[in-house]
Amino acid sequence: MDLYVVQFLTGLANAASLFLVASGLSLIFGVTRIVNFAHGAFYMLGAYIAYSLTVRWQTPLGFWAALLVASAAVAVVGVIIETLLLRRIYNAPELLQLLATFGITLIAEDAVRLIWGPEDLVGPRAAGLSGAVSILGNAMPIYDFVLILLGPLVFGLLWLLLHRSRWGLLVRAATQDRDMVNALGVNQKWLFTGVFALGVFLAAFGGGLQIPRDAVTHFMDLSIITEVFVIVVIGGLGSIGGAFLAAIIVSQLNAFGILILPGISLVLMFAVMAVVLVLRPWGLLGKQVVRSRIAALPDVGAWKPFDRTGRLAVSLAVFLAVLLPFLLGDYGISVASEVMIAIIFAISLQFLMSVGGLDSFGHAANLGLGAYGAALCVQYFGMSMELAMLTGPLIAAAFAVVAGWFCVRLSNIYFAMLTLAYAQILWSIVFQWVDLTGGDNGIVGVWPSEWAASPNAYYWLTTACAVGVVLAIRYLTFSPFGYSLRALRDSPMRSATIGISQRHIQHVAFVISAFFAGLAGVLFAFQKGSIFPDALGISTSVDGLIMVLLGGFNTVSGSVVGAVVYKVSSIWLMSNTDFPRLILGSVIVVLVVLFPQGIVGTSQRLLETWRTRRRLGEANVGAPAQKGGVA
Amino acid sequence: MSDALLTVENLSKSYQGVKAVQGVSLAVAPGELLAMIGPNGAGKSSCFNMLNGQIKPDTGRIRICGKDTTGLSPERISRLGVGRTFQVAETFLSMTVRENVQLAIQSARHGTLSLQSFFGNLGRKSAAEADDILDLIGLLGEAGRSCRELPYGDIKRLELAIALAGDPKLLLMDEPAAGMATRERMLLMRLTSRIAKERQLAVLFTEHDMDIVFEHADRIIVLNRGQVIAEGPPVDVRMNADVQAVYLGSGALYKQEH
Repeated sequence: MDLYVVQFLTGLANAASLFLVASGLSLIFGVTRIVNFAHGAFYMLGAYIAYSLTVRWQTPLGFWAALLVASAAVAVVGVIIETLLLRRIYNAPELLQLLATFGITLIAEDAVRLIWGPEDLVGPRAAGLSGAVSILGNAMPIYDFVLILLGPLVFGLLWLLLHRSRWGLLVRAATQDRDMVNALGVNQKWLFTGVFALGVFLAAFGGGLQIPRDAVTHFMDLSIITEVFVIVVIGGLGSIGGAFLAAIIVSQLNAFGILILPGISLVLMFAVMAVVLVLRPWGLLGKQVVRSRIAALPDVGAWKPFDRTGRLAVSLAVFLAVLLPFLLGDYGISVASEVMIAIIFAISLQFLMSVGGLDSFGHAANLGLGAYGAALCVQYFGMSMELAMLTGPLIAAAFAVVAGWFCVRLSNIYFAMLTLAYAQILWSIVFQWVDLTGGDNGIVGVWPSEWAASPNAYYWLTTACAVGVVLAIRYLTFSPFGYSLRALRDSPMRSATIGISQRHIQHVAFVISAFFAGLAGVLFAFQKGSIFPDALGISTSVDGLIMVLLGGFNTVSGSVVGAVVYKVSSIWLMSNTDFPRLILGSVIVVLVVLFPQGIVGTSQRLLETWRTRRRLGEANVGAPAQKGGVA
Repeated sequence: MSDALLTVENLSKSYQGVKAVQGVSLAVAPGELLAMIGPNGAGKSSCFNMLNGQIKPDTGRIRICGKDTTGLSPERISRLGVGRTFQVAETFLSMTVRENVQLAIQSARHGTLSLQSFFGNLGRKSAAEADDILDLIGLLGEAGRSCRELPYGDIKRLELAIALAGDPKLLLMDEPAAGMATRERMLLMRLTSRIAKERQLAVLFTEHDMDIVFEHADRIIVLNRGQVIAEGPPVDVRMNADVQAVYLGSGALYKQEH
C-alpha cells in the first residue's frame, strides 16, 4: 500500500514536466495547425542551456532564474525558426510540416553534440530543495512535491492567460477558426509567432525542470516527443485541459506499469491512446478540428500510365540496372542492393501516401515485421530464404489487418500519430522481449540461400523484386481499386455518394502496402545477415517519408528516383562526415521549403510548361493548352 | 402517396439545442421535380444531409424505393440508387473528366472491392458508356481533359454526369445552379428536367434562384426555421401569405414559436 502511494506521488511529479511540454505542443497545434516534431528538441535545448546555467548559479534563486533565462533563450531560437521557416509552410500539407520540424530536430541533436559533447550530463540538485521527506516510511524528494504543485500552478496561469486576456481571447478564437480571425483583421503572423514562442518556452521550461531528476542527454528529444504526442492525442489536440488530464494519466500508467511488468508501460501507454482514438477520435477533451479553407492541392494534370516513350525509358533503366554488376565491385553492388530494397520500401509507402492520401509515420513497423518475421522463422524453424520471403510479408500484412482496422478510422494527422504509435509499440516489444527477439543484440545468422549468396546474385534478386513490386503498384494504381483509393483522397464526400466505402478500401490499401514493405524487410534482413530493433525505429519511417518527398509525393512512382538519390547520398554522408544529422536535417528543411514537389514532380512540371509553350508557339494562338499527365 | 420514390416522415434534427429541422415530411414521385426552398438557415442543407446519410436524424423515417434508409451510411444509400450533387461541386481533381464518370459507373455496377476491381485498367473499362453520359450532358468534348482544368460551370455539369452514372432512381441536388452563369443555369435545369421526365427520376433540389424554381419545379416545399410552412404547386406557393412574409418580409420573420 505504502509503495502505491509513493508511486502515485512520483507519477504526479513526472506529470508536471510532461504537461508543460504537451501544453506547449497543443497550443501551437491549436493555432497554427502544425504538429511540431521539433518540440522535443526545444525541450532538450532547454535542459542543456539550463544545465550550463545551474552549474554556475547554485543558489535557490539562481536555479529558478537559470530555468527562466534558459527557457527565454530557447523561445528566442523558436521565434527565429518560426519566422524564417514555419511561416513559409503554414499552408503546406501536414506531412511537409512534420518533416520540416523533424529536420530541425536532427539539426538540434548534432548542434547539441557539437556544443556540449556526446556525454550525458548530470546536473546539480535544485539548491534549497535537495532534501527528502519521509512518506509512509519511504523517502520522497522535496523537489517532487514542488513539481506536483507546479503542474496545477502553470495550468492555472495558462488558463488565466487564455481566458482573461485579450491575447488569450484571440488565441482561443484562432484555435476554433483561424481564417475567420484573419478575416476580422487580426495580424495572424504575430499571433502565430507569439503562440509559438509561448509553446517553445513551456517546452524548454519542462526540459529545465528535469535537470535535478535525470541526466541531460541528446536522446531526450525523441523519447519525450513520442510520450508528448501520445498525451496530446489522448487529451485532444489543441486542448490545454486535455493535456493536463492526459499528462496525469500517462504518468500514472508509467508509474504503475513498472510495478506490473518492467517495460510494459510503453505498450500500455500506446494501447490507451489507440483505444481513446477509436472511441473519441478527437481526444478526451478535444474538439473536431476545423480544417483550414486554404487547400494546398498541388496543381498538376490527371495521373496516367506511362506512354510508349515512358515505357521505353523505364525498360532501358531496368536493362542498365541489370548490367550494373559488370561495372561495380562488391562494395558498390551491395550498396546497389540496399538501393533496390529502399526502392521497394519507398514505393510501398508511396502507394499509401500518394494514391491513398494516408500519411503514415510508422511505415517502419511493416519493414520491421517482415524482417523479424523472416528472421524468427529462420532461427526457430530453420526456414529457407525462399519460404521466408513469403512468410515475412504475410506476417507484416497480418499485423496490418489488425492495426489497419484502427488506423483507417482516423484521418490526417491522427492517422499519422496512430501509425507512429503502432511502430513504437512494436519497437518497444521487440526491444524488450529479449527471450524471443534478442532485444538490443538482435537476431544474427540470417543468411540467404546458396544460389543467392554472392553479392551479384543477391543484387539480381533484389532488382527482380524491386521491378516486380514497382510494376505491381503501378498496375494497382490504375486498376479500378487504385482509382477508388485515389477518389477517397481527392474527395471523400463525392466518393461516399458514388458508393465507395472509405474504411474498406483504405484498409485493403493499408494491408497491401504493409505486405510490400514486409518484403523489403525480408530482403534487408537477408542482406545484412542480421536484424536489430532500430529497423522499427522512427528514423526508418522518416527515411521512407524523405524518399517519397524527394521523389515527389504527388507522383505515382517518383519515390523510385527519391530512393536512389537518398540512399546513395546518405551512405556517402555516413562514411564521410561526423555530423550526418546536421546535413540530413538541413537537406530536409531546404527540400520542404524550396522543392516541395520533389525531383520527379518538379521535372514533370518543367516538362509540362516546356511542352505547352512549344505547342502554343506552333499553334500560335487559339487551341486550349492540353496539359500532360503525371507519370 | 404510396407510389412515391422518396418518403420522409416527421424528420427532426437539433444541434446543441438549436432545432435545425423539426418534423419535416415530404414525398417525391418518379418523374417529379420537387424544389425545397427557404431562407438561409431554414434547414435545407440539414435535410439533404440526412437524406443522403451524412448526418443521422434525431427522429423520423426516411424511405427510398420502399426501403427504410434512416441512419444508413452514404455508401449504402448511394447503392440503393441515389445520386447526389453538392452546393460546392465535389469531383475527383486528379482524374480526367471521363475517368470521373467511369469510376462512378464501375462503383455502381461492381462495387469497389470485388475481385475484378483489382485487375485491368479503369481507363479502358466502360469508356463508351461514360462517353454516352458525357454526350448527354454536353461535356464529351472535354472527356480527355484533366478535371482540374475545367471552368466551374463545367465542373457542376460533370457532377450531374457523375450522379447520373450509377443509373439512379432518385437525384438529390443541393443548389445545382450555384456559381453558374445565368444562361448556363437555365440550360442545366432544362436538361435535368428533361432527363428526369425521360428516365422517370425523382428529383429533389434546393435553389435560391426563384426564376429557376418557379420554371422547373413541379411542386415546391417551403421551409422556414426548420419547419414546413407551405407545400404545393408553384402557383399556390407563390400566392401563399406565409411564404410571401418569409421572402418579402412582413416583420414577422422572427415571430415567436408556438
